[in-house]
Amino acid sequence: MKIFILMSLSGLLSVVAQAKLNVVTTTPDLAAIAHEVGGERVTVVALARPMEDPHFVAAKPSFVVKLNRADVLIEGGAELELGWLSALVDQTRNPRIRPGAAGRVAVARAVRLLEVPTTLDRSRGDIHALGNPHFMTDPLNGRAAARLIAEAFCQIDPAAGEAYRAALAQFESRLETKLADWEKRLGPFRGARVAAYHNTWPYFAGRFGLRSDLFLEPKPGIPPTPASLAGVIAQMKADKVRAIIVEPYQNRRTAEKVATETGAVVLDFTQYPGGVKGTDKGYIELIDHLVGTLAAALEKGRP
Amino acid sequence: MKRFVCCALLLAVLPLAGRAAEEVDVEEIKQRVLEELKPVIEAEVQRRVQEELAKREAVGKAAETAATTPAVAQPGQPWSPAQSITLLRAGSAYMNISFDTLVDFGWSTTPDVRSIQFGDHDPSQRGFTMPNSEFVFEGAVDPYFRGLGDVVLKLDGESETTIELEEAYLETTSLAWNLQVRAGHWFSEFGRQNPQHPHAWDFVDQPLVLGRMFGPEGMRNPGARVSWLLPTPFYAELLLTVLNGNGEITWSFRNPESEEFHGGEVVDRHLRGPQDLVYLPRLATAFDLSETQTLLLGAAAATGPNNTGADACTQIVGGDVTWKWRPEDAERGFPFVKVQSEAMYRWYEAAERVSVDDPLVTLPEETLGDWGFYTQVLYGFCPGLVAGLRGEFVSADDAAFDSDLRLDRTRISPNLTWYPTEFSKIRLQYNYDHIQQWGDEHSVWMQLEFLLGSHGAHKF
Repeated sequence: MKIFILMSLSGLLSVVAQAKLNVVTTTPDLAAIAHEVGGERVTVVALARPMEDPHFVAAKPSFVVKLNRADVLIEGGAELELGWLSALVDQTRNPRIRPGAAGRVAVARAVRLLEVPTTLDRSRGDIHALGNPHFMTDPLNGRAAARLIAEAFCQIDPAAGEAYRAALAQFESRLETKLADWEKRLGPFRGARVAAYHNTWPYFAGRFGLRSDLFLEPKPGIPPTPASLAGVIAQMKADKVRAIIVEPYQNRRTAEKVATETGAVVLDFTQYPGGVKGTDKGYIELIDHLVGTLAAALEKGRP
Repeated sequence: MKRFVCCALLLAVLPLAGRAAEEVDVEEIKQRVLEELKPVIEAEVQRRVQEELAKREAVGKAAETAATTPAVAQPGQPWSPAQSITLLRAGSAYMNISFDTLVDFGWSTTPDVRSIQFGDHDPSQRGFTMPNSEFVFEGAVDPYFRGLGDVVLKLDGESETTIELEEAYLETTSLAWNLQVRAGHWFSEFGRQNPQHPHAWDFVDQPLVLGRMFGPEGMRNPGARVSWLLPTPFYAELLLTVLNGNGEITWSFRNPESEEFHGGEVVDRHLRGPQDLVYLPRLATAFDLSETQTLLLGAAAATGPNNTGADACTQIVGGDVTWKWRPEDAERGFPFVKVQSEAMYRWYEAAERVSVDDPLVTLPEETLGDWGFYTQVLYGFCPGLVAGLRGEFVSADDAAFDSDLRLDRTRISPNLTWYPTEFSKIRLQYNYDHIQQWGDEHSVWMQLEFLLGSHGAHKF
């Protein structure tokens, strides 16, 4: 009898497990949002690790297997995954996630991209033809991503549509409440200039009225030289820039050197939940951590 | 009373007068502020309208369910988050186009560089060589196929331009049962390096064992291939390729130049049926040992007719191992360590054949056994810089005909590569060559690469 119950239970479990939507995302921020919207009805796997550079993800063969079994593939798009995703998808032989299929969600479609170049010229460094792809650092773009993902889930799994919409509404209201709080916390620093190792933060800065136009890299993707850093240091001193943003896969030592010269502080930022300590709980918690870290640093540096 | 009225009037009028004096300014400011806020208000109105519409649409969709096709903007229809805001410009071309060039420069102790650098895309003379300039065209053909074309130009020893169709194939994208079919002409998937284009190699030249088995050009031929992605929890792919198997680019099969290693006159051998095609099975597997380490194991074989006689056959087997480590927080992919090794063995049935050197001599029927391996270690020690070391050995058993192409040979090649970006590289390599009966040769090569156009996604 016991065995029979166990067997039927495991049978039931496997049915439930099979009913779950198999979601693969390229980066962990999209995974966090997919998890918010999908809840228990989806299994979510992110291909890139939280500390990994989204432009230089190692396209492991195991990704082919994950993508082959995916019902939904959520990508940032706008050339974020240009260097590694297309070759993988070509190998997956999974029509559900081919470009144009219902299961292929490119979040960049729902977002107004910044810094779209008028000319393409590689002598200017890594230029993204479609604009800056790091849009998820603006919480309202996070909301747009959630809506797009919810819509895709509803379309692919209409039976659970109500649940997805409810989860979306809950996520939105939580995000909007937090947004008001974040705007309040960073409000006193409107117009402040912040330095960054790479041009990752224009969306974040734009949302909170900060200036992010000073980078340690002389051109996108080109490593700093002593001469280029000297220029940055001079500008930081002139503008009293208090903070330098670095991400886990960037050269922190360079940022530390500049910080010592200028008296600014190095801030460990990440675009991805889990990229730095205290951000692994989810997307909203990640933005919360970034806002808190930045507000504290700017507060400290206030005259 | 009169006084009171006057006072009251005055009190009433004074603020009015004051207001009148300020009236103009306030209106102006109001106008200006309104003007300034206009875009903000418009954007907000737009946003709320969209929000409202999206909500309604989402409610409506519950009824429509799965029948809905992916959202496409229709004229006059409200925007929803599922539709693209068409600011997107790239992807407007129907294919990716690139042009990649290698320039080699260096010196060797032997003036006849070709005799030790067997590869067609290796440096071929002292001084400068232009071994490979390739145009690649690649993209989706239609909803069913993906296509690739690769045309290579190179300069030979007399600076004459030669052109070759290196690859041209189409491949299915969404077949059922995890199958994929490819047809056309491409570098066969035998091991790790043979399918790679010269600009993707980790060393200036092709490994010796690949030259012995597949000739100067690498193994490629018109054919078709079926590949099956196995339903295993780890990556495992089974491929079966069928090739025509004639020409110099199938070196060990019906190759008009094969006398170079067996010494006999070749016979004309036409396809009699499927039994005369070259069959090439391969199994490729990969295991993530940890988040930072991946192990790839592969095995391959090739079997088909050769042209020493009417029924002579060739069999090649090979195994390959690749291990790669890269930390999660790698900066632009660095640091990393990659170890790659391939070994191959060939049984070449040489039929009784007339010697090329002396028509009066008949070489006996025999099976030539050739084998070899290479192992290379690449260490990307800081962003853009990679140090490499490759060790190789090739050998063959005794035969009635002595060929330079079957001598025992050991080669050790350290190198250093600087990648300023993904679009250029500068490489310096030293080759120590020990060839049985010849002695030692030393070579130093420098290689430059540049890539224009779209950079295809990296394969692992």
